[in-house]
Amino acid sequence: MVLDFVNCFNSFFLAQILGQAIGQTGLVLDFGKIVPNIPFILQGIGITLAFTLVSALIGFAWGTILSIFKISNIRPLKWFADFYTSIFRGTPLILQLAIIYFSTPQLIGYAIPPFQAGVITFSLNSAAYSSETIRGGILAVDKGQREAAMTLGVAYPLMMWDIILPQAFKNILPALVNESIALLKDSSLVSTVGALDLMRRGQIVASEKFIYFEPLIFVGLIYYLMVMSLTWVAQGFERRMRRSD
Amino acid sequence: MIRTEFLCKSFGKLDVLKDISTEIKKGEVVAIIGPSGGGKSTFLRCLNLLEFPTRGRVYIDNIDITTGKIDIKKVRQNMGMVFQHFNLFPHKTALENVTYGPIKVKKTPKVEADQLGKDLLSKVGLAEKAEAYPSRLSGGQKQRVAIARALAMQPEIMLFDEPTSALDPEMVKEVLDVIKGLARSGMTMAIVTHEMGFAREVANRILFLEGGRLAEDAPPDIFFTKPNSERACQFLEKVL
Ligand SMILES: Nc1ncnc2c1ncn2[C@@H]1O[C@H](COP(=O)(O)OP(=O)(O)O)[C@@H](O)[C@H]1O
Ligand SMILES: [Mg+2]
Repeated sequence: MVLDFVNCFNSFFLAQILGQAIGQTGLVLDFGKIVPNIPFILQGIGITLAFTLVSALIGFAWGTILSIFKISNIRPLKWFADFYTSIFRGTPLILQLAIIYFSTPQLIGYAIPPFQAGVITFSLNSAAYSSETIRGGILAVDKGQREAAMTLGVAYPLMMWDIILPQAFKNILPALVNESIALLKDSSLVSTVGALDLMRRGQIVASEKFIYFEPLIFVGLIYYLMVMSLTWVAQGFERRMRRSD
Repeated sequence: MIRTEFLCKSFGKLDVLKDISTEIKKGEVVAIIGPSGGGKSTFLRCLNLLEFPTRGRVYIDNIDITTGKIDIKKVRQNMGMVFQHFNLFPHKTALENVTYGPIKVKKTPKVEADQLGKDLLSKVGLAEKAEAYPSRLSGGQKQRVAIARALAMQPEIMLFDEPTSALDPEMVKEVLDVIKGLARSGMTMAIVTHEMGFAREVANRILFLEGGRLAEDAPPDIFFTKPNSERACQFLEKVL
């Protein structure tokens, strides 16, 4: 596993050096050279998307719980959530990933697969960010909504679930989609622990064939198209919200 | 039915209510009037503990609700509240707004709650708006749905905080008519209002709150013709 990690970096540097060489000689791009590898690269789309989706969903659920901690009157819960957020926002994501990937086997003797390590790291990390967004969304809901529910005798958890959160989520939907876009791009970091995502597949093709530009640019194009589609979705939500207001 | 004893409420250094002692009997309609900032809303909100009194007691049916030992949710179910800005749930239809309390709090079966909800919506003249979302309703219609929502819990007491202040003038009457209907049916009510004609017509008693003090507590005939306090005279001169 460790070897895998190092190998991956090596191939990356090699590719970089190659890239510079090609740049200097002014070689033209020839995508024909990677045609046989295209199916292999495309299979990474599913992995990258699955990875992003699972992490975003777990991160969203955990982020919602954290946001409720943050607005609660119970001090220890508030402190915990604030501290948690500061840790995940205050350290590099790639470091968090490396710690979870390399320390889990040491700590509990379980050789964690790269995909799992990635999902755990990204869920924990995205929860920290989305908890702030969700907290803002909750606080932006008119306090009259809370009072109306209270005067009906509705208990706090039910009020949150039925009345406050649906309105909060609606308001922050565009922001949440934007966070998933960031997550989609950051997911390429799992290539550093050897998960066979889109990025890693591009690198593998690059190092096997000693061509740098074509596979990576091809991979870049796929990321770009995915991000653009999501951006388009976010803009659609925003337009609809503006119309309904 | 409702009794307050030396009710005080402060926000930080600001004393908003000062020793309010009064009583609202069963079936009585009490109008709370007075200048803006006088503490009317705060007084009303202390009655269902949306604001917790700083000192003093609030009794509902002779039970002190300020001891901290009472399940305030149960007390609130018996006291409907209608707000100046309606506070309807925007993501629910008119009918869903009305049936939410019965279904989720009282665990009334949905079919039964829907029937009750429809009955209440017809009672406030909005039977045909059951499926409409609040954003599709006028201010007056929203407020009538809000009244139906409060009534759906079948409370014994209704609290109104300036129910017509956010309405266009032509919609005030339709809401006041609904409240008058409730008064005739014998509902116990406390109504904060700036509609003096309405207060005079429906209220059994007027509470005049000024600077956090209960400056006057009198039947409407007496209050509007020969108020005791200087403050009330000045206030009436301005608004009548
Ligand atoms: N939650 C609060 N925090 C601080 N001050 C408040 C709060 N609610 C009301 N006040 C103050 O209390 C005073 C009385 O307010 P309120 O009861 O709303 O008066 P009214 O309804 O008669 O206009 C006002 O000066 C207001 O600014
Ligand atoms: Mg007020």
